[in-house]
Amino acid sequence: MFDWSSLKDYAGLLNYWVVIVLMMSGFYVVIAQHNMIKKIVGLNIFQVSVFVFYISMGKVDGGSAPILKDGIDVYSNPLPHVLILTAIVVGVATTALALALVVRINHSYGTIEEDEIQAIEHDEEDIA
Amino acid sequence: MLFSYLSEAQAIQLAVILPLIGGLLVMWMGERNRNLRETVSLVTAVAEFILVASLTSEVLDGARPSVDLFTMLPGLAVTLTVEPLGQLFALIASGLWIINTVYSIGYMRGNKEGNQTRFYVCFTIAISAAVGIAYAGNLLTLFLFYEVLTISTYPLVTHSGKPEAIRGGRVYLGILMATSIGFLFLAMLWTYNLTGTLDFVEGGILAGQVQGPELAVLLLLYMYGIGKAALMPVHRWLPAAMVAPTPVSALLHAVAVVKAGVFSVVKVVVYIFGLDMLNTAHSDDWLLFIAGFTIIAASIIALRQDNLKRRLAYSTVSQLSYVILATAILAPISIVGAVMHIAAHAFGKITLFFAAGSIYTAAHKTEVSQLDGIGKRMPFTMAAFGIGALSMIGIPPTAGFISKWYILSGALETGEAFAILIIVASTLLNAGYFLPIVYAAFFKEQKPRPEDDPYHKYDNHGEAPVAVVLALCFTALGTILLFFFPDVPLALGRALVGG
Amino acid sequence: MIPESDPWLILLVVVPLLAAPVCVLLRSAGGAWSLATAVSWAVFAIALKLMDTVMEHGQAVYRIGGWDAPWGIEYVLDPVGAFVVVIVAAIGAIILPYAKRSVEKEIRRDRIYLFYTMLLLCLSGLLGITVTGDAFNLFVFLEISSLSSYVLISLGNDRRALTASFRYLIMGTIGATFYIIGVGLMYQVTGTLNIADLKTIMPAVEDTRTIHAALAFLTVGISLKLALFPLHMWLPNAYTFAPSVVTAFLAATATKVSAYILLRIMFTVFGAVDLFESFPLQPVLIIMALAAMFLASLSAIWQENVKRMMAYSSIAQIGYIVLGIALATEAGITGGVIHMFNHALMKGTAFMAIGAVVYATGAVTLKDLEGIGKRMPMTMAAFVIAGLGLIGVPLTPGFVSKWQLVSASLEVDMWPLAALILLSSLLAVMYIWRVFEVAYLRQPQTPLQNTREAPLSMLLPTWVLAALAIYFGANATFTLDLAHAAAQQLMGGY
Repeated sequence: MFDWSSLKDYAGLLNYWVVIVLMMSGFYVVIAQHNMIKKIVGLNIFQVSVFVFYISMGKVDGGSAPILKDGIDVYSNPLPHVLILTAIVVGVATTALALALVVRINHSYGTIEEDEIQAIEHDEEDIA
Repeated sequence: MLFSYLSEAQAIQLAVILPLIGGLLVMWMGERNRNLRETVSLVTAVAEFILVASLTSEVLDGARPSVDLFTMLPGLAVTLTVEPLGQLFALIASGLWIINTVYSIGYMRGNKEGNQTRFYVCFTIAISAAVGIAYAGNLLTLFLFYEVLTISTYPLVTHSGKPEAIRGGRVYLGILMATSIGFLFLAMLWTYNLTGTLDFVEGGILAGQVQGPELAVLLLLYMYGIGKAALMPVHRWLPAAMVAPTPVSALLHAVAVVKAGVFSVVKVVVYIFGLDMLNTAHSDDWLLFIAGFTIIAASIIALRQDNLKRRLAYSTVSQLSYVILATAILAPISIVGAVMHIAAHAFGKITLFFAAGSIYTAAHKTEVSQLDGIGKRMPFTMAAFGIGALSMIGIPPTAGFISKWYILSGALETGEAFAILIIVASTLLNAGYFLPIVYAAFFKEQKPRPEDDPYHKYDNHGEAPVAVVLALCFTALGTILLFFFPDVPLALGRALVGG
Repeated sequence: MIPESDPWLILLVVVPLLAAPVCVLLRSAGGAWSLATAVSWAVFAIALKLMDTVMEHGQAVYRIGGWDAPWGIEYVLDPVGAFVVVIVAAIGAIILPYAKRSVEKEIRRDRIYLFYTMLLLCLSGLLGITVTGDAFNLFVFLEISSLSSYVLISLGNDRRALTASFRYLIMGTIGATFYIIGVGLMYQVTGTLNIADLKTIMPAVEDTRTIHAALAFLTVGISLKLALFPLHMWLPNAYTFAPSVVTAFLAATATKVSAYILLRIMFTVFGAVDLFESFPLQPVLIIMALAAMFLASLSAIWQENVKRMMAYSSIAQIGYIVLGIALATEAGITGGVIHMFNHALMKGTAFMAIGAVVYATGAVTLKDLEGIGKRMPMTMAAFVIAGLGLIGVPLTPGFVSKWQLVSASLEVDMWPLAALILLSSLLAVMYIWRVFEVAYLRQPQTPLQNTREAPLSMLLPTWVLAALAIYFGANATFTLDLAHAAAQQLMGGY
């Protein structure tokens, strides 16, 4: 018969499935899209998948808030959340920088489509 | 010791550094004061020769003075060691440098060449590298100075800056670098991996470490790695380097570069492999064949060259393989012959190149077919040419006879019929491409050039400038003197195999 | 025995980090430069002090906040780290005096103070990567150095610098994200982020699929940052269009630090397990390294733009470094590490010389630089030294690296490898010789008639680096012993 228990195991890993879907779609968008803003969006989705991953694996079943109190044995692990906060900040900085670059690129080239820019660059002379 | 206030170690180090000091002075003087610059070059050359010569007596007494310069890699220092073979090479290089400098002054000024400062500076670096090779105490030192020699002679080869010079320079550098990095470096590291040392030791360091086909491959890597020995098919750089001005050709083909090549070959065979080891292993038979093939093939090509310098270039290829052939025979007496030939060929070839340059300077002629009757206008030059040619062929009273005698003795002693055949055949071929030139020069009528030839005005030429003629007379005389007084090279050669 | 906390270790990172915002406040180009130069020299002094400590005691440690490892973040410096720290700090100290004039012509005046800010941040980030003992902290510094690099590259005055920077940003962020996925996977199984701790726990969990996946992600992520073939695509454009100072700095430091991360992962984090047994990492790395050596060298031969040529050359040199590391023997790692040092010397000199040429002429393509050797002899002489080093002529550091790498290959009987290393050196002859011929054997064209030698403030640092190159090429015992000690340490234990 159909193996329901392992299916349930797989279903219990829903978070990780989401991580994979997000990671792959983000990655795909980064590679396949020509529009730079969309690339940045893809990058963000890719990074978000990592956040979800960390948070998912950091979950302690039945853990309470990480504040010492008598009578409580199982605490949540604050470390993954801290890591993710750091990573989110890094992600924000990266996105801000990327967007600033796109603004300048748009100003210089008049477009933010990568294939168009490549065509323009191809014809350009080498200057220092 | 001539310089009693110099210790042995200092003397050896100075021998390598002195030309560089001269070079710095020349560079500083530049185009400002050309006479002073030329004087500095000459004085440096003379001082260098005296310094090198002063070490001879010790070496002949059995001493092997040595000094470490600096430690490049853990356990491997750049070391200078004076031993008989090296001393001979150093003597030839420093001695002929003096004469070459005299010749260069005459040639460069006579032809109003440009970039003369660069020329003289590169010369000094090349000589320094040659002495460094001569006195190398281990393979690392040899490799170091070998590469310096290649790089320092590149600006000399491409001196004129014309497209054919640049192309010639590319072939020159390409072949020499490819062989040294691709083969020699690999052979060196393989040796180090096997034995843990790179020192030149009497009897060799590879005994027992490598056998059979591996030994043959290692030998092959060395022989082709030493591209300056011009073993076929890595000989192409030699004719390609003919685009250089003649003093450079003389330096390359008689004094420094090719001598460094065959010197390294003999050194590696004697001090890395060891004669006994190769004798029992029979792994060098292929070397005998390739050297023999090179001798004959190069001579045949020389026959068909009309350009005088190219003919001399292929003659050099052929003569170099004499040394390699003699070494490959592995008999002590033939090694002595090889050493003698290094000296004999140096004097003979430099005379021939000087003569070629003299002809170009005075008459602007470069082809053999143009040389009819030139002996009447340039008797000194052509007489010297004749003596050099006789030395190449091996006819007394020239030095070439002695070396050939020793090599033949070695071949007869070991019963190497192949070598005997090669020597006899090549002697005939040498006569075939040298004697007609001498005959035509003295016994035929000069063919005047057509009116529209740009060099027509040179038809009524005389001898070349004094400095040029002086130099070539000197070396021609040296060739004859070496026949009558071969003691020093022979003694050094015997010390090499006996000691 | 818990070692003492060495405060110099944290100062190494914090001083440039704090100096950076001060540069923003300073606003003036001259003021920013002065501060940056002073900081870089201070950092170099600290680096030397730390190297001294490491040579004496074997390692230097600092616990942030006083928390012991593995609960707190620990900074650890061992011989390999000390070596890399000195390289980065030295390059920083030499580049900054050079930068003053160089950026005048290549970066807009009102942005120069921002350039110095970013340079200090980058320096801080690179040093932080090298000294940290925590895997996630490494990511933070990795991103600090990367983000500042993106800005530095985009400051070039060609608009293609912007797209080059953007592309680098995309690829670099993917790389960093892969790295963090790898760290996350490792954390999931081991519960720790401390590198030393990871090493202890790893043997117990090495056979899990999680760890295999982690290793894969880590390797790919670092390879992106390292520009290891075939993940090198961002490098040529980034190096070509960035300001010359930036190229010189990044070429000599950023890739070395990424190679250091690879060493850390392979030999410290996974140091207690037999890495290559369960994972075909070695053949993959060796093949990629060989591909880099050959394909990049070949690409370099056809380039007209000298900066791009040197960029491809860098990719090839990274191949050499990775080859040494992938051999995973003491000799091999020594080769990889010594080449990190030697390449920093040579490429730093080369790019600084090119930067001086750009400053004096504004030109960077071969056809615009004919005869430049006559106009700028000192500058081109430095480039010649660097070029000869890339070929591997004795008396240059390149020779020492080749020696070590070929020896290492022969030791493990990998003959074809030795031959291939030497063959690719010959390719270097071809592209270096193109530059030499153009610079020295052609006549200067009219635009170059009035070109004069580069200013002293640029020439001197270039020659300091060139002189160091010759010194460490002629006398490589000290550096080889250091590299050897580092390799022994990595192979033997943390």
